[in-house]
Amino acid sequence: MKTRNAVLVSVLIALLLSACASGAQPSGGAQPAGGEKFRVAVVMPSAINDVAFSQSMYNALLAIQKEVGADNFEIKYSENMFKVPDATAAIRDYASQGFNLVIAHGSQYKGSVQEIAKEFPKVAFAWGTDVDTFGLPNVTAYTAAAEEGCYVNGVLAAKVTKSKKIGVTGPVEVGDAKTCIDGFTQGVSATDPSIQVSKTWTGSFSDVAKMTEAAKAHIASGADVLTGSSQSVVGSIGAAKDAGNVLWFGTQSDQSSLAPSLVVSSQVYDWVPSLKDLIGKIKSGDLGGETYTLHLNNEGLKMALNSGYALSAEAKAAADAAIKGIKDGSIKVQP
Amino acid sequence: MNEVVLIGIIASAISFATPYLYAAIGEMFAQRSGVVNLGVDGIMLMGAYVGFFVALNVPTPGGLWLGLLMAAVAGLLMGLLMSVISVTLKAEQGISGIGLYIFGLGLSSLLFRVTIGTVKTVDGFKPVPIPVLSGIPIIGPALFNQSVVVYGAFLLVPLAWFVLERTTWGLKIKAVGQSPASADSLGVSVNRVRYVCVCLGGMLAGIAGASMSLATVKLFQDNLTAGLGFIAVALVYFGGWRPLGILIGALLFSTINSLQNFMQVLNVGISPDLAVMLPYIITIVALMFPINRARQPAALNKPFERGEN
Repeated sequence: MKTRNAVLVSVLIALLLSACASGAQPSGGAQPAGGEKFRVAVVMPSAINDVAFSQSMYNALLAIQKEVGADNFEIKYSENMFKVPDATAAIRDYASQGFNLVIAHGSQYKGSVQEIAKEFPKVAFAWGTDVDTFGLPNVTAYTAAAEEGCYVNGVLAAKVTKSKKIGVTGPVEVGDAKTCIDGFTQGVSATDPSIQVSKTWTGSFSDVAKMTEAAKAHIASGADVLTGSSQSVVGSIGAAKDAGNVLWFGTQSDQSSLAPSLVVSSQVYDWVPSLKDLIGKIKSGDLGGETYTLHLNNEGLKMALNSGYALSAEAKAAADAAIKGIKDGSIKVQP
Repeated sequence: MNEVVLIGIIASAISFATPYLYAAIGEMFAQRSGVVNLGVDGIMLMGAYVGFFVALNVPTPGGLWLGLLMAAVAGLLMGLLMSVISVTLKAEQGISGIGLYIFGLGLSSLLFRVTIGTVKTVDGFKPVPIPVLSGIPIIGPALFNQSVVVYGAFLLVPLAWFVLERTTWGLKIKAVGQSPASADSLGVSVNRVRYVCVCLGGMLAGIAGASMSLATVKLFQDNLTAGLGFIAVALVYFGGWRPLGILIGALLFSTINSLQNFMQVLNVGISPDLAVMLPYIITIVALMFPINRARQPAALNKPFERGEN
């Protein structure tokens, strides 16, 4: 009896192992011939409609799909993968399903991409925001020079504040959250050094309630303009709306829909040009090894002024001057 | 420190003590009857979602009140589930509470994605200044210009004390939590008392969640509470299973939280990482002191089996 069980168990294990092995095999023939459907999978930390980081990527993919047609371009996504182990499993799964491009949209996925990309040399991986491709030929890194657009936001903020107090609600002092806020501060002080910019950090990218608390503290201390970064800023925007007369400057996606009369402008990440370039390369057999950085001067970063807010001509001219200065290099923004 | 900032600190401390008060007072009833419910955070999430969903779809102001009511009902149902598992089926309370938490977290996120799916906000409960009192300098605007939901949380404290210390029901709850066998021998239905207390706890946790999505944060997102319900459970221990103790704990926690926010805003030079940790550090330190442990209900965490002991 015992022997029979042991045999049964070992047969089962063997079956299981072979199943795993076949699952993990990078379907060698997945490389599409020209004209075949290009398959993209993306793993994102928050929801595809977070009006921030994840949405910027999802919208870019949708835009490309709309251009080339759904028959030629397949998008699969996993959202709310804030937990890295879940994301790792999803990335591995997509890679083994023979997607042409697997995007790991979050700097926290660094270790996962580094590990999985080695196992699937025929699949192209892209990840960000970061600049590290680990020296692997099938990894592309992408990042945004968030300080540039946030500098422009800062210039505008300095023009519209009446109380001369501006509040920044930050998540964690890393990555594009930090560079954006540093750029914003430089933009404000270059325009009017007498304005006081206060910063708070909640320690979380996703804790909406903490953002609300922080924003309320800024407002109670007299700030009449707020900004901030990450998907949790919906909490800050809510507090601004509640106060009724506090203006907001957005980043990552166009956030004017969240408070149509209070959002002055947003820096928008446009991944479309970079993605198109990358997809073209993958189709021609070059799977990566490069880093893309969104800048104002390569159309990766765009400023979306909210038409619902009446901006003075003088402020708009100052913003245009800042954009021009950053593009031609006469204004240097420190990341 | 100027007056405006002082008012800001107190007002936000009062407003953010609200969910802790509802949740912790509810959990206190459950624990006084002998049941630890660690699922508070999951119940809060369900309450926050249900309240928000109703308020979004029913015109105000009726929608807000209906939302609050439905949040209470959702919490009550979650409490009922916990009662069945821990009282009738006598499952290990800690484990089933964690299970309930994960259930609430998952279900609220799923329902949110299916029915709303994007960032939406509600106008929510507006501040209602109390005549005369709100005219007092500093204290007036800080304490007496809050929403009805906030006033309710603070009125709950004396009410809970009254129920516990001055009614037969309170006596039964305490007896069941302290010595279920004796209570049983005197004809008190241990399981019935526990059912009512856990359901009441669930109901208040549901309201606690709705107080966030309808009165303080005014929106719903995945995992809105972010572990706030676990702090509420800790506050029950901190407060020595008494309403007044819980009030002090909730105010201490929310005041430090409010202070750390303002410390960052005013740039007093404390590292933001440390500032964010402060309220939690204080909670842990406070829980280390053994003064309150003696007050723990003797039958806490023990399912009742007639004829045992």
